[in-house]
Amino acid sequence: MNKFSWYDAASIEEAQKEVNATVSQTIQPDSPENAAVFKASGIDLLDLMKEGLSGPAKVVGIRNIPGLDEISFDPEKGLRVGAMVTLSQISGDDRIKANYLALHQAASRAATPQIRNMATLGGNLAQRTHCWYFRSKELVCFRKGSSTCFAHVGENENHAIMSYGYCVSIHSSSLATALMAFDSIVEIKDKDGKIRLVPIKNFFVLPTVDRTRENILEPGELMTAVILPAPKRNTVSYYIKMGSRKSQDWPMAEVAVVAELSGNVCKSVNVALGAAAPVPLISKLANDSITGKTITEATAAEAGRAAMQIALPLSENGYKIPVFQTIIKRALLAVV
Amino acid sequence: MKNKKSKTEKTGNISRRGFLKGAGIAAAGTVIVGSGILISKPHSHEKDEKFVPGTISINMKVNGKIREMNIEPRTTLADALRSELHLTGTKVGCNRGACSACTVWIDGIPTLSCMTLAVEVGDREVTTIEGLAKDDRLHPVQEAFIEHDATQCGFCTPGMIMTAAHLLARNPSPTEDDVKKATSGNFCRCGTHPKVFAATLDAAHKA
Ligand SMILES: Cc1cc2nc3c(=O)[nH]c(=O)nc-3n(C[C@H](O)[C@H](O)[C@H](O)COP(=O)(O)OP(=O)(O)OC[C@H]3O[C@@H](n4cnc5c(N)ncnc54)[C@H](O)[C@@H]3O)c2cc1C
Ligand code: FES
Ligand code: FES
Repeated sequence: MNKFSWYDAASIEEAQKEVNATVSQTIQPDSPENAAVFKASGIDLLDLMKEGLSGPAKVVGIRNIPGLDEISFDPEKGLRVGAMVTLSQISGDDRIKANYLALHQAASRAATPQIRNMATLGGNLAQRTHCWYFRSKELVCFRKGSSTCFAHVGENENHAIMSYGYCVSIHSSSLATALMAFDSIVEIKDKDGKIRLVPIKNFFVLPTVDRTRENILEPGELMTAVILPAPKRNTVSYYIKMGSRKSQDWPMAEVAVVAELSGNVCKSVNVALGAAAPVPLISKLANDSITGKTITEATAAEAGRAAMQIALPLSENGYKIPVFQTIIKRALLAVV
Repeated sequence: MKNKKSKTEKTGNISRRGFLKGAGIAAAGTVIVGSGILISKPHSHEKDEKFVPGTISINMKVNGKIREMNIEPRTTLADALRSELHLTGTKVGCNRGACSACTVWIDGIPTLSCMTLAVEVGDREVTTIEGLAKDDRLHPVQEAFIEHDATQCGFCTPGMIMTAAHLLARNPSPTEDDVKKATSGNFCRCGTHPKVFAATLDAAHKA
């Protein structure tokens, strides 16, 4: 790791005054000199620094800013999860388990118990992709300023199967998959202290729009919380992660479903896919396929097939299609 | 990531927050700049000052004792424990958060010391494998690991024991599935997992 100076911020204002760059900017060839960046628990930031991909001059810790690590729930208003809440806090919260099961499940299955004790919601959403070409110091990939996405000719078994342009990385946040299904809102404080409420589907940025970043955060903008709407009556959710091992692993495919039911009839639904594309996605095709229908083995399987109609697998990741079809079916069957 | 052993300038007025409690300089609102000078916020920090981070002296509560050590902001807790305090029981496997060999407790919570900056520990208390035994008596999990021969090369063992001991502190009668879940992030290349599960369950019965 490069040498850096350490700033332990006591307030949001103080942290924002110090920070002048995003971590994503520090990975680019034209990284600002004297970059100062936010650090939450640092699992992602320190990994990028240890690899030599990011070398900020100053690291600004936001752990000790009061008020960012709280969870509040009101059956009328919904759920507010502070950006510094850890994944363990989320998976241990009974209100979340009772009202937002898919979020509980996503937080409980991500990474390892130790990482969940450390990693924060904000950091999880703003982490960079774990594409192994992007993560390697030796390779200057498309996202880091060259004209080559190595995954096209290289090992691409973990990469995207849809909605990519040239870069076929997948977004790495498991929590984002669940939060997309719940139509969550990301609360961001800009440098002037103004609060912006951004629907989570507008938070993530495709490489076709800007290959240097994965989210809309500008230097010094701080996520303060994620807000989930109040649970509607008869609304049920479920999340499934498929990894190559049962213990700790990155997902090869993830799905989160939030469905409003009338008996076993699906009145409305949000099927969110993770590890499918460079951003977490809502599958409109799956939504449309199952909406208005009774959820059965057959209709759930049909929704899974519908979701995969737009899949364009690479040389090594065609296996993801049946995996997604299966977990979409299972997640839909799990809500009834 | 080796620490410089050079003596540092003694920090100036450091009686703020964390320090007041006598353990750690990671008091909120402080910045560590130029060869270990600690500047108190909010008055003295200037936007364009030169940041040349050097070695600093911090206090950290480790295994019940306050220890002083010289670190840089980039020094991980794992390196601080091993190189500064010579508590080499904590092992570093991947150094990237993926194997959990470096697990210690911070305020009783299993935490990866390779992905924690020493400077951030502040006034929280660190417990390492060396701090688990009480008055020359091994922790029941340590005893059970010996009885069950739950260690081969031993590299994953300290992290494994810290993880298992935390499980028992939280859940005195776990099922095998609970043990598997708790240790799911602890990788063992020698394949001791079945013995780890048996030892942990046995320790639970005896405790
Ligand atoms: C072995 C391993 C397995 C993993 N498996 C999974 C998995 O299955 N699923 C999954 O989702 N993740 C997984 N992860 C990734 C891990 O969950 C993330 O690295 C972690 O959540 C990042 O959170 P953090 O608090 O450490 O963020 P940091 O590293 O501190 O920050 C990450 C980024 O977010 C920015 N940031 C942080 N907080 C804010 C804020 N409030 N406002 C603005 N910007 C902010 C930082 O500047 C930085 O750019 C895994 C990681 C490892 C090492
Ligand atoms: S050494 Fe810390 S997780 Fe592997
Ligand atoms: S005993 Fe060798 S790695 Fe576990």
